[in-house]
Amino acid sequence: MLITVKLFAHFRNGRFKEAERTYPDGADCLHVIHSLDFTARDMGIVMVNGLHAALDRTLQDRDTLALFPLVGGG
Amino acid sequence: MDRILRVNLTDLTTRSEETPAAWAGLGGRALTSTIVAKEVPPACHPLGPNNKLVFAPGLLSGTSASNSGRLSCGAKSPLTGGIKESNVGGTAAQMFARLGIKALVLEGVPQGDAWYGLRVTKDGVEIREERELVGSNNFAVLDVLEARHGKKAGVISIGTAGEMRVTAANISVRDPSGKLRSHGRGGLGAVMGSKRVKFITLEEEGAPGIQIADPEKFKAASRVFTKALMDHPVSGTGLPTYGTNVLVNILHEAGGLPTRNFTAGRFDGHDSICGETMHDTIVARGGKPRHGCHAGCVIQCSQVYNDKEGKYLTSGFEYETIWGLGANCTITDLDDIAMADSIMDDLGIDSIETAVAFGVAMEAGILPWGDGKEMLRILREEVGRGTALGRVIASGAGAVGRTYGITRVPVVKNQGIPAYDPRSVKGIGITYATTPMGADHTAGYTIATNILNVGGQVDPLRKDGQVELSRNLQIATAAIDSTGMCIFVAFPALDVPECLPALIDMINARFGAALTGDDVAELGKTVLKTERAFNMAAGMTPVHDRLPEFFRTDPVAPHNAVWDFSDEEVDAFWNF
Repeated sequence: MLITVKLFAHFRNGRFKEAERTYPDGADCLHVIHSLDFTARDMGIVMVNGLHAALDRTLQDRDTLALFPLVGGG
Repeated sequence: MDRILRVNLTDLTTRSEETPAAWAGLGGRALTSTIVAKEVPPACHPLGPNNKLVFAPGLLSGTSASNSGRLSCGAKSPLTGGIKESNVGGTAAQMFARLGIKALVLEGVPQGDAWYGLRVTKDGVEIREERELVGSNNFAVLDVLEARHGKKAGVISIGTAGEMRVTAANISVRDPSGKLRSHGRGGLGAVMGSKRVKFITLEEEGAPGIQIADPEKFKAASRVFTKALMDHPVSGTGLPTYGTNVLVNILHEAGGLPTRNFTAGRFDGHDSICGETMHDTIVARGGKPRHGCHAGCVIQCSQVYNDKEGKYLTSGFEYETIWGLGANCTITDLDDIAMADSIMDDLGIDSIETAVAFGVAMEAGILPWGDGKEMLRILREEVGRGTALGRVIASGAGAVGRTYGITRVPVVKNQGIPAYDPRSVKGIGITYATTPMGADHTAGYTIATNILNVGGQVDPLRKDGQVELSRNLQIATAAIDSTGMCIFVAFPALDVPECLPALIDMINARFGAALTGDDVAELGKTVLKTERAFNMAAGMTPVHDRLPEFFRTDPVAPHNAVWDFSDEEVDAFWNF
């Protein structure tokens, strides 16, 4: 299945800003996170289609997964 | 013993008073709000002789505690008609504290046409008639006052917007780099202008300095506190690298980035104005991605942004300003937004209120959507010269809406709603609705828990838990605003168990007190209730604790969220 993966802040360093990537059916967020050499501990905010998601959330074809480190502002 | 300095502009006299015992444990917002509530008649005209402008450093200002250099300013707001506290970095808070000044209170208005400068030293405050700088904007004021009093002097000033007494006028405070920071919100610059005070300088030669009751205990608590700030990923890594503007992409993704005057929650041009792009631009042009707004700041979320030629353009370039002119006005040229930030700093107008006003102005057809060059022209030639249009824009979003007959006007208590759509980030909607300050994201920053996963998680799109979240954060914020601490200490305070106790330990060590966490929460509650009571006496009712109607009727993409709280649910905020 095709997943749009977006990376933000220092997650982009040495990787990419946005990419369409293929993953096996039934893959969850953590699967994608590991495929990018991140760990669960690196994650600040994980969103699927603009909604906060748990790491074990199963992805569907054409989902957009956004990964942010723990950052903030105000 | 710290003292209260009073300046009466009506008869041009000054006096120094002992701090009343009841105010001894107060600082920052707690003190400004207490003085305003006690001494300002709630029904008075904010620009008339009965309003007072109060400056107060926080309880920990002037000490070596990290991030303790915030100055509070309070008055009845000409923008909201209610009580206002606005706080700022810069060098003045620490100087007030070291001079032993607990508060500076400006009272009355002059009878004639003269303008005045105030000079604060260890001997008190002098009133001097000022001619040279009347009609000057802030950067010229800073240069001239540096020449007069040296690089170390503190400066508090208004630009020509404050002289014109427009309701988006702010008050600027010199920062450690010789540039400025702003008491942005609520039109406090108009109050200072109504008192015909162009500037206040502070010199601390011979100042008594800070007495710490228990220095060893203070040092130990300070170490724990600083470590918590440095260790937390938000305050220790994210903010210093990307500044507050890291939020553009996060709010865009979450569908909470108000776009095109709050008609959408995502902005196609987000990548050109986001924190990541801004960081790379700053580095490529030889600017500084990190910079402190006051001495002792270990977070350093400010920055120095250079133009294409590598020359200084602006600093303290915040997410809310970039959002407001960027997504909300659909301007995609970050350099145009940076230039606007610099012009607004120079004129002395709130960059949030003005940006929200431009969004309404674009909706009204005064200028085209996304036209950054015309926005800059209006700032320079209309606002800067005080034309009729300029004064309408610089009187804020509500004024533009009323003048041009627009119904989509994002304000609460007539103050522009900043940077986070309350339909898709519902907790912040409760804060906008209920805070006595008028729409103010800093009053109870639920974005932390709704969006950033700091201090737990509360689903931004559901109503559950939002009132309680906003209430807890508003109480904590009122207390933090009284310590002189930067509000960003809340990020580690929400997550690191040792952080808040260390903050309380520092206050206790400073004053020889024995406050507990409950005492601090009580202080926050008292501040909120004092402010609310002032607003009610000024003529506000629970109906003023409402978001504009369009949030209820117009769903916002991509989640098609609406504001769906009942009035009773909102009013339950005050059940404490």
